[in-house]
Amino acid sequence: MTSKFLKVTIERGADAKNAQQVFDVPAHESQTVLDVVSWVQQFADPTLSYRFACRVGMCGSCAMMVNGVPRWTCRTHISKVLDGNSVTIGPLRNLPIIKDLVVDMDPFFDKWVAAEGMHHGGLTRDDPVALVDETSAARIEANAGIECINCSVCHAACDTVAGNPEYLGPAALQRAWTLLNDARDEGREAVLDAVSGKGGCHNCHSMGSCTAYCPSGLDPMSAIAGLKRETTKSFLERVR
Amino acid sequence: MLSLRLYLLQRITALLMAPLVLGHLAVIVYATQGGLSAAEILGRTHGSVPWLLFYGTFVFAVSIHAAIGVRAIVHEWAGLKGVVLEVVMWATGFGLFALGARAVWAVTFA
Ligand code: SF4
Ligand code: SF4
Ligand code: FES
Repeated sequence: MTSKFLKVTIERGADAKNAQQVFDVPAHESQTVLDVVSWVQQFADPTLSYRFACRVGMCGSCAMMVNGVPRWTCRTHISKVLDGNSVTIGPLRNLPIIKDLVVDMDPFFDKWVAAEGMHHGGLTRDDPVALVDETSAARIEANAGIECINCSVCHAACDTVAGNPEYLGPAALQRAWTLLNDARDEGREAVLDAVSGKGGCHNCHSMGSCTAYCPSGLDPMSAIAGLKRETTKSFLERVR
Repeated sequence: MLSLRLYLLQRITALLMAPLVLGHLAVIVYATQGGLSAAEILGRTHGSVPWLLFYGTFVFAVSIHAAIGVRAIVHEWAGLKGVVLEVVMWATGFGLFALGARAVWAVTFA
């Protein structure tokens, strides 16, 4: 660390870009972006609102724009993102701002529901537990997407979401894809219909910002490509 | 703003266009390298059903493909939606088809 203080610009307010505040934050070894934001709230301005819970990259609640890039702040070292000695931190893109660094996640989760991103069970408690073959091709596809922590980083990174607010977005669509490949899920038709509408998977331009920025290393872009294939196949089957 | 149907139409027309574009490029190279005059070219295309079909299909596919592409662009970049969006898409499609069909007709049967 070259200097003992970091110049931290925080975008606040509904019109975030026009309400920037600069803070001098003491620099430390092994400091995360979330540590920096917490320092500001604890020692400089207690009115600063932000969100976090686990601090270890599991809960998905701490995502913010860091120098214009969506990131999980609890696992982003400040040394990796410093521009000289400065950093700009703002609320996550593509979601309504509630206050300061806190965005309203409702639209994000509403899209999970709209994409039928819930389990469609067919068994009752009296049935034996369904066995899952971990080596089947479908299970491998599903496993590739199930570690999503719902952080909305991909949703913030996606320009299609920015231009088309109805678009369900990478996280919800990836969730739909994992369900489609889950042997225990019986909602195939419902899922395929849900991802084929106006805001569905066919709006994706496959440019891959979601995959590039997902902090968990997931690949929503390929999941969406899978949805495009499956919806096409099922359409052609229905026509025949 | 692209549903499954529009997406499929755009992919199918892309598939159609791929060989047609190659054919079109080959024709351009052949006609210019071979030093064919406009009159010679017209002499070959006039009254030719194969050329009418080749370029007619091309124009048809382009009109559909481009109209759907323009729809996505004006929705995402200009915020058009609802009836306006539909009108822009159909106008683009019909406009391109009218221009293209007129040219194809002119070199084959007019
Ligand atoms: S690949 Fe698709 S979902 Fe991912 S960022 Fe691009 S448009 Fe959005
Ligand atoms: S796919 Fe990745 S970036 Fe998107 S919500 Fe899940 S964990 Fe976050
Ligand atoms: S605080 Fe839980 S993921 Fe960052």
